[in-house]
Parts: sequence; structure tokens; C-alpha cells
Amino acid sequence: MSGDIRELYQQMIMDHNKNPRNFHAMTDADRMVEGYNPLCGDHFKVYLKLEGDVIKDISFDGSGCAISKSSASMMTAVLKGKTRAEARGLFEEVHKMLSREIGEPFDAAKVGKLATLGGVCEFPSRVKCASLAWHTMLEGLEPSGKQVTTE
Amino acid sequence: MSQEAGWDVEKIRRDFPILGEKVYGKPLTYLDNAATTQKPQAVIDTLAQYYSKENANIHRGIFCLSEQATKRYKTARHKVQGFIGAASDKEIIFVRGTTEALNLVAQCYGRTFLKAGDEVLITHMEHHSNIVPWQMLAEGIGIKLKVAPINDQGELIMEDFKKLLSDKVKFVSVVHVSNALGTVNPVKEIIHLAHAKGIPVMVDGAQAVAHTPLDVKDLDCDFYAFSGHKLLGPTGIGVLYGKKEFLEKMPPYQGGGDMIRSVTFEKTVYNDLPYKFEAGTPHIAGVIGLGTAIDYIQSIGLERIEAYEQELLSYGTEKLLQVPGLRLIGTARHKSAILSFVLGEAHAHDIGTILDRQGIAIRAGHHCAMPVMQRFNVPATTRASLAFYNTFEEIDRLVAALHEVTEVFR
Repeated sequence: MSGDIRELYQQMIMDHNKNPRNFHAMTDADRMVEGYNPLCGDHFKVYLKLEGDVIKDISFDGSGCAISKSSASMMTAVLKGKTRAEARGLFEEVHKMLSREIGEPFDAAKVGKLATLGGVCEFPSRVKCASLAWHTMLEGLEPSGKQVTTE
Repeated sequence: MSQEAGWDVEKIRRDFPILGEKVYGKPLTYLDNAATTQKPQAVIDTLAQYYSKENANIHRGIFCLSEQATKRYKTARHKVQGFIGAASDKEIIFVRGTTEALNLVAQCYGRTFLKAGDEVLITHMEHHSNIVPWQMLAEGIGIKLKVAPINDQGELIMEDFKKLLSDKVKFVSVVHVSNALGTVNPVKEIIHLAHAKGIPVMVDGAQAVAHTPLDVKDLDCDFYAFSGHKLLGPTGIGVLYGKKEFLEKMPPYQGGGDMIRSVTFEKTVYNDLPYKFEAGTPHIAGVIGLGTAIDYIQSIGLERIEAYEQELLSYGTEKLLQVPGLRLIGTARHKSAILSFVLGEAHAHDIGTILDRQGIAIRAGHHCAMPVMQRFNVPATTRASLAFYNTFEEIDRLVAALHEVTEVFR
């Protein structure tokens, strides 16, 4: 098996894929946003419960590849209890990490555990998978009314 | 080793320069032939030769190059006619591809000869290009689209097809070979049943022409559509075969040069077949390249190609079924060399990425046949689609890489 495949599908990612965190519909959510990549079929809903400026609770459900699902799972684990501004900030950092040029470094300290997704940039066709849940979440915080897709 | 007498796959592979390429340092294992086939050197040379030594517009110039280009363009049409067994080369319309051919018929035949309430019958295994044009027609003039169901093996249920073939049905459009399942439809029987009720039939032959011999006269289809690039030819060129009696009474598809006989601001007289449907400067190099592709495929012979691909299919089916957790989607008795499958919990795109790093090119997704995915209740499949230049060893490589996928997703 090649090294970059091993890195892409490392243990933490496979664990989130197999046992996704916060993987359920939320009946009393304040916001529910759907993210859909029709070409590859990744299809998730992100649920948000807000209290003032704080993400009180966040969950997701749906289906997709290991990369999209584990990224969504990690995202919900990290964002619970964060403020809107912190969530926006993390979105920016994750976006930078995923879409950087191959071989370029990124600030791992700013993204914490999410750095496990750093290897995705080696696989340009998979960046859209890793970023889908994040764009869906952002639409929940800052609604634009547009259909969420990263294709 | 192939049972096909005198079959030398290594010799054939040398005709396709790309098959010697490496991907991530691994030999390219190209198993995405249902998406597009690779091109033999002869086709590549034809395109280079045309643009470097022969380029000129056709039907216009009173000079040597234009006359030569016109002649080669006509010769290619004649080759297509022979290849598919059409009665006349006037029945061969050059279009951009299968999609355009299907749209042309939906628009030109549909808008003229169908009316609100008329039914068009298709199957559940159509590619989007044989669904959406009819839905557009339904929106435009109010026809109704009827869909004949398929069984768990991915075969058309003929009993239901017969029931759906009511007096309201005024057109039938069916896929010859399903791109997502590999199913070969009993098109001859379908055509026979429809004709018994006076209903014209179009066949989407995109996945058939490079894999099985075709005789449109014997089939008796009224329209047959296919793409050049799935037949070793260039992209951007395809063919609509139509019976003369239909093409003659249909209005043109687009207006412009070449499709007219005379134009005044009061009245335009359309040109004869096939030019009536070929407005504007066509894809001349593509047409000539397609002619070379047909020469090449005929030099090998479609009977032998089909026999060898069936050997690959049997071998591949057997080997894939030995991979733990693998389920084939599409297990029709009569199949073309397409292996569509799901593997345990692994999503098709993850499989695609892992295979890609081994130099193996396959397709992952819904294959532009979302209703098929819905029928089998899967979001996507991984599809290996074979051609006559593939080898048993390449199938072994695919299987080995799938074991690697299983390891990652254990």
C-alpha cells in the first residue's frame, strides 16, 4: 500500500467513518442545512442548535465516502460549544489546509485534531468530499439561501 | 490465456501507445472503457496527418485540398454505413455523440409526430441521455414518459414491457447495452413487438458498437445512436442512423450552412439527406478519424473481440466474486464486459482513490444512471469496464487492489 493512501485513510479517519460522532437527526434543531454533491453522491444534513452566539449542539446524518463522513464527524466533535466567530475561523483554517498546494505546510496548531485531514490535499479530486460538511455548517450559521455543494 | 485462436493481446496493446504509460510509477491499467476507449496509433496518426497536411473545409473550396477532404469525409460516411449495415449512406447523420443523436430524434421526430398524451416507452436502465430529452419533450408538448421495470439481476422484465406497450405508446427508445449494469437488452425482440403495433424504435447503442457486431437492417431499428470515442475514435463525433423514410419526413435539427439548397428571405429549401441534419462545418477530422477507427476494429473483427471480451468477463466475474464482501450490481444472463459492484462498507470513491494509486483507472459514481442506483438502493457503484486490449493479468491487478481496499476498511 502506498504511503499517501495510508496517510489519507489513517486510523483516526477510519474510526470516525466507522463510528461517526453526533450522527443523528436533531428534532429540535434551530437550523437544518443539506449539503449535496450530486456527481459523487455525498449527501449530508447538518443540524445546529444555537444559544445566543454559541453552538449549543451540532449533529449530522446522511451518507457519503469515508473522507466526507469522517470530516463531518470530526467537525461536529470540534464545533460543539464554539462561538460563531470561532467556527468561522476554523472553517477558514480547514479550507486553507485542504486547498493548499501539494507539499506546502499548514498551521497544524490552528486546526488541532483536524490536521489528520491534511493529507487530503494530495488527492485533488477528494478535496470536495472533505469540505462538504464544512460548507454545509457555514450555510447554517450564515444563511445565503444557496444550495450547498462543493462540486 | 485466451481460448480465442490466434488472439495476440500483446500485439494489439502495442497499437495503443497510452497503454504503455505509467501512473504513479505503476503501469496504467485502463478499465474505464465504457466512459471512453483508448485510441490506436492509426487514429492518432490520421488526425495528425489531416491537420498537418490535408486540412480544408468540405463541400466548398474549388481547390485540391478541399476536394480531397470532401472525398475522405464521404468515404468515412460510407465506412460507417458498411460497419452498421445501413441500406444507404444517406441514413448516416454525423452528430457530436450519442447524446446529440438522442436529442435530435426527441426534438425533430418528437415535436413533429408526437402530441400531448402520447406515451414514449423507455426502460429503467437508461442513461440520463435517454431520459432527460424525453422529459424535456414532456414539459414542452405534454407527452408522457413510461418506464419498463427491471428485475434484481438488472434484466428488463419483458412481461411488464409488453403490458406497457399499449396503444397510447407512440415511440420506444431503449438502450442496447446498459452502461451501469452491462445488461444486453433483447433489442431485436423489443423492435419486433413494437413494430407489430406500428411503433417506431430508437436504440441507444453507445455501449454496444465497439463490443458486438451490428446490422441495423437485420435489427430493423428505426434509429440507432452511438459515439465515436467509445469506438476507438475521437471525441466530439457520433452517429445517428435513421431509416430514410423517417429522416425524410422529419424537419431539420439546426439551421445554417450545408443543410440548405437555396435561401432567400422569403423561403429556404432544405438540402437532401444526410446534409439536412448537418448544419455548419462538421467535425471533419473527427469523421475521418472515426473512419480509421472502424477500419482498425474491422481488421480485428467484432466477432473475435466479442468472444475474447466474454472470456475476460467470465474470468473477472469469477475473480471478483472471490473478494470478501463484494456484490456485483448487474448479473444478467446476457451481459457485456462491464463489472459494476459494491464492496462492503467502502464507498465507491474511496475505492476509486485507492485503485488510482495502483495505476488502475475505473469509474466510481452513479454512471449517469441514477434511476439504476435507486433501483438497487446503492448511492454509487465501482465499475470496471473492459475492452479487447485488456488482459487477464489486469483483472488480477484489480482484484489485488480490491484486497487492499478491504484491508483499509477492515
